[in-house]
Amino acid sequence: MEWQFFLEVLVGGLLAGVMYSLVALGFVLIYKASGVFNFAQGAMVLFAALSFVSIQAMGVPFWLALLLTLVLMVALGVGIERVVLRPLVNQPPITLFMATIGLSFFLEGLAQMVWGTDVHGLELGIADEPFDVAGVFISKFDLFAAAVCGTLVATLALFFSKTKLGRALRAVADDHQAAMSVGIPLKHIWAIVWGVAGFVALVAGLLWGSRLGVQFALTLVVLKALPVLILGGFTSVPGAIVGGLIIGAGEKLAEVYLGPFLSGGIENWFPYMLALLFLLVRPEGLFGEKHIERV
Amino acid sequence: MFYRESGQFKSSYAADSAIFTIAQDRVFIAALLALSFVAVPGLASDYLLSGILIPFLILSLAALGLNILTGYAGQLSLGSAAFMAVGAFATYNFMIRIPGMPLLLALFLGGLCAALVGVAFGLPSLRIKGFYLAVATLAAQFFIEWVFTKFSWFSNDSSSGVISAPAMQIFGYPIDTPASKYLLTLAIVAFMALAAKNMARASIGRAWMAVRDMDVAAEVIGIRMLRTKLLAFAISSFYCGVAGALYAFVLLGTVDAQAFDLHRSFQILFMIIIGGVGSILGSFLGAAFIVLLPICLNLLGQVFHGAISTQFLANLEMMLFGGLIIFFLIVEPHGLARLWQIAKEKLRVWPFPH
Repeated sequence: MEWQFFLEVLVGGLLAGVMYSLVALGFVLIYKASGVFNFAQGAMVLFAALSFVSIQAMGVPFWLALLLTLVLMVALGVGIERVVLRPLVNQPPITLFMATIGLSFFLEGLAQMVWGTDVHGLELGIADEPFDVAGVFISKFDLFAAAVCGTLVATLALFFSKTKLGRALRAVADDHQAAMSVGIPLKHIWAIVWGVAGFVALVAGLLWGSRLGVQFALTLVVLKALPVLILGGFTSVPGAIVGGLIIGAGEKLAEVYLGPFLSGGIENWFPYMLALLFLLVRPEGLFGEKHIERV
Repeated sequence: MFYRESGQFKSSYAADSAIFTIAQDRVFIAALLALSFVAVPGLASDYLLSGILIPFLILSLAALGLNILTGYAGQLSLGSAAFMAVGAFATYNFMIRIPGMPLLLALFLGGLCAALVGVAFGLPSLRIKGFYLAVATLAAQFFIEWVFTKFSWFSNDSSSGVISAPAMQIFGYPIDTPASKYLLTLAIVAFMALAAKNMARASIGRAWMAVRDMDVAAEVIGIRMLRTKLLAFAISSFYCGVAGALYAFVLLGTVDAQAFDLHRSFQILFMIIIGGVGSILGSFLGAAFIVLLPICLNLLGQVFHGAISTQFLANLEMMLFGGLIIFFLIVEPHGLARLWQIAKEKLRVWPFPH
């Protein structure tokens, strides 16, 4: 029984971790292609979920609403690139980071101003009911989320390694100037990356939104994704997944087995401490590129 | 139009390395201090004192602390509110647990505790930097918030969770009116701001700036990285800690971990971005801006009264802050302090710029 309970916590944690990776993926995409650490990803997740729910509330059918939100998110991504990031080209990364903090405040305000601050429910048609696999209860919804995430990652991995556009993206990530000199249009590439990040934000927003309800707390998801990134490395798509799994499982196991000794509620900081300890051993993350400058 | 420094020759080392090298600056600062110590408490209303001036001064102090770390030493921190919380809780515990503890000493010790915690969380900065360090300071933010909410020892086992700050007095003189609270805050902030100004031009400030501009080069010219970085963390956290203690004791009257959440850290970061990164004056300008903007928005709401909901205003405020951050980073990365400097330079040659 003890063993079964452990398994259940572990699987629950792993599946929760998949949800974290989904957010972390949006970060990795942008960081890979433009070297910007986009703190506003959480705000984009909120924006996407809120827009989708509000458009649906107007009586628009599911698929059309999805399409409309997708268009909106891509437009938003491209707009951010144009208005915020292009004038900040060649600034130190820390400046860009602070700009995205500002951006996240702006988007949170905008989303709530346009769509209101009410908590919306979001129904994707997948029941959040547990079912039994060899005595271990697994939530159906979590499995669905994991499947979506897996598909997304596989598609992105194929996209990055096989298509011409994906190679262009990697070239840009490697060296802006060299990429430009072989004729890769930098501005288009960035617009595409931000558009794709908007798409990932939409997927994450839908899944998280139906889990937590569409509300302001969605932006806090970004804070869960940060340790995942540190663990997995900022530039690696598989890293985001593995990091998410480790953080998800570690967090749940720590809460269950360590929590009682520390009077509980350690979920908030445990991932950070885990990531911090990890940083001291491997500053570049599990799959990150090695050239992080060290002091 | 404006003053010039012509005719003022520095004929000694002491004159060359003074905090304010120009006579007019010294006069201006002295006048400002005299005005704020003597005239303001007598003339200002209680609302102006405790609604605007005290929050402004306290947040300036916190911004000053963050500016030392981020602006001068170049280490981005998202955990300044956590160090404020450490200062507040430490001061509270010194006051409660040691009978007859003088207030100023408790504040100082609270600041020291914050400095110690700051050093502990600054240790990773020796190995990592940039975003990684920012995330490490986030760890401090969450961890410290958790410690203060979960362990009731820090709040003296109070059952309600709300702890009211003990009554304050200095040398038997009670600090209970807005004017006396204002004077206490002003005295501490003025002293610490001058100390910061002094540090910024002294060897330690120059070492910080060298580390900020290029750490490898700084190490090559013989700056001790360990000492410099940890000192930046310690002093910055000391400032934040004192600011946090003042925030809890003077402004709120309660010691509450919720007052020092992540949002407060961002608020302080915004102050230094808008005010000016790496500038003492900027910390004050930024704090003034952030304190005044919501008040102005509220006034605006009252003008249209009823037509604009408070919800709308709250969202507008968020959008304005976010937009302003982006605007300042793009247009004027050195913030209001730089604008002031430009204005001064323009006025210096006015009306004959050529």
